[in-house]
Amino acid sequence: MREATATLPALRPVSAGDLRRRIWLVQVGFGALAVAACIGAPLVGPTTISLRQVFDTTIPFGQNVDAQIFFIARLPRAFAGALVGGSLAAAGVVLQALLRNPLATPFTLGVSAGASLGAMLVITLGVPFTALRSAAVPVASFAGALGALAIVYFLATMRRQGLSTLVLLLAGVTLNSLFSAIILFVQYLADPAQTLQSVRWVMGNLDIGSYRPILWALGPMGLAFVAFARLPRALNLLTLGADSAAVRGINVLRTQRVAFLSASLATGAAVAVGGPIGFIGIIVPHLVRLLVGDDHRLVLPASIGLGAAFLVVCDVAARTVLSPMELPVGVITAMLGGPFFLWLLVRNR
Amino acid sequence: MRFTTRHTAAFLAGLLLAIAIIPGTQERPRAQEHPARIISVVPALTETLFAIGAGDAVVGVGTFDKHPPEVATRTHVGGLLDPDMERIFALRPDLVVFYGSQQDQIKQMSRAGIETFTYAHGGIDDTLSVIRRLGTRVGRASEATRLTNAIDTQIANVRARLAGRDRPRVLLVFGRQPGSLGNIYASGGAGFLHDMLEAAAGRNVLADVSRESIQLSSEAILTAAPEVIVELTYDDLMTEDTQAAEIAVWDRLSSVPAVRNKRVHLLLGNQFVQPGPRMGDSIEAIARTLHPEAF
Repeated sequence: MREATATLPALRPVSAGDLRRRIWLVQVGFGALAVAACIGAPLVGPTTISLRQVFDTTIPFGQNVDAQIFFIARLPRAFAGALVGGSLAAAGVVLQALLRNPLATPFTLGVSAGASLGAMLVITLGVPFTALRSAAVPVASFAGALGALAIVYFLATMRRQGLSTLVLLLAGVTLNSLFSAIILFVQYLADPAQTLQSVRWVMGNLDIGSYRPILWALGPMGLAFVAFARLPRALNLLTLGADSAAVRGINVLRTQRVAFLSASLATGAAVAVGGPIGFIGIIVPHLVRLLVGDDHRLVLPASIGLGAAFLVVCDVAARTVLSPMELPVGVITAMLGGPFFLWLLVRNR
Repeated sequence: MRFTTRHTAAFLAGLLLAIAIIPGTQERPRAQEHPARIISVVPALTETLFAIGAGDAVVGVGTFDKHPPEVATRTHVGGLLDPDMERIFALRPDLVVFYGSQQDQIKQMSRAGIETFTYAHGGIDDTLSVIRRLGTRVGRASEATRLTNAIDTQIANVRARLAGRDRPRVLLVFGRQPGSLGNIYASGGAGFLHDMLEAAAGRNVLADVSRESIQLSSEAILTAAPEVIVELTYDDLMTEDTQAAEIAVWDRLSSVPAVRNKRVHLLLGNQFVQPGPRMGDSIEAIARTLHPEAF
């Protein structure tokens, strides 16, 4: 494996047509993987359901158990898994390039800690407005993510002209610790039942039971993905260093801003839907680099596809392995992803 | 050099000797037949101590203890995860009631020569035997027996009243992320919640899983198809609006008979999740929820 994004080797020269073909192959291949996972996942589960009955419109939905298992218990989870997995993997790629640090994850810059704090506060202190109740935890965690994003961004841009990635990193890591301490304090003050709920939230869960959280998340995620689509070339140059990128005509400050804001937005929305599901944002990008090389025009789309497929599959395991018990999906991403990644690492030496 | 290795060794030896002697010379209440200064960090047993007339001897209680109201006047000494040992020592207790899992604290007490009573929860029978054991330990054996007999009678009355009735299939939930169907915890086929449900003439849909607590997926609930869902919540101050909103959360699973037939019920109060003197009342409350026509 190549040592680090920070020391990315110069990109191998390839002809434009060849590259276009590879990009197309990667997009179609990894896209198909994600779509296949989304289609396959709702068909698998601890209960055997009949597809004919699922789509049988003569039975009212309220009495059609198979349809409810398919459309409520499985399909939203697959969609949520795909969106969250794709977002976290993409955010990982972007932040690793932006910070020129292979160890960066979507959770490095404090956004997920802000999201977690928001969720904890609602779980332990309750919801002030009954009308907001059904959306309280996702809304509060997204608000927390935006708050953290604003603080880190303000700190990284206030000292001098431009955006200091060093300050970004330090502020993010410090904010992470600070928020974690506040989270522990809030949990300490909470009732045991609330503490259990908040601890469980941190392990990640995609059993959202409806499509509404997905629809809400589509807004910020869509915005982030539009930004991601314009980033790869600039990220390639940014990994060579800000100065080299500037020499080659990249508006460094603008790229850094877009990269940070879009990655944070995607992370915030993903955490609001599924909780801070770990490991995807670091393992998937590196896995993809082992498979397709270092060019971000390939790495970014491939990571989105693989991240989506990987989380969907992990979530199938979460709801199936110990059924009727539910396993925390964050535990599975780490337990499946960790050893597999280590194996690849050793094999490629 | 004035200070030699020998000096240091002598100093250390002296220090060790002092540490060894000091606790022995300190005046400490001796273990007596009937403890006069009791601390309990276990809410169910704090409540039991008051119920069997040993409340006056209780000098310290757990942070989460809310019942009976007198506990508000006692010193709070932390809970399961964070007992404040300094405060516990300062209260000069002669008996401290701990959870069985608090082994470190129990060892510290034993080093200090302070007696402990350990609690591990189980089913209804375990709860009743713990109450009797605690009664004997604090010199209130007859009061404890009277209390457990009363609970036994209450349970027997509920059973007799509901004998021969259809036992609905029930999902007993005791934890859920507010406002959503996420992170649902329900009682499996072991422990006092399961026992209480069976005593109230309900059939636990998760009886086959021999665990006290199960985190369920919504698929598992759809498959189990309970006829009644009883949800226990600590929050006894929940407003009616909030209660209605929390019950409405279940509407998404409309194929579940309990949801379709409007048989999702919230029971408020910590007595349902703390097996103690009010266990008979809790069983009766669950029975009334499952069989309203019988009362």
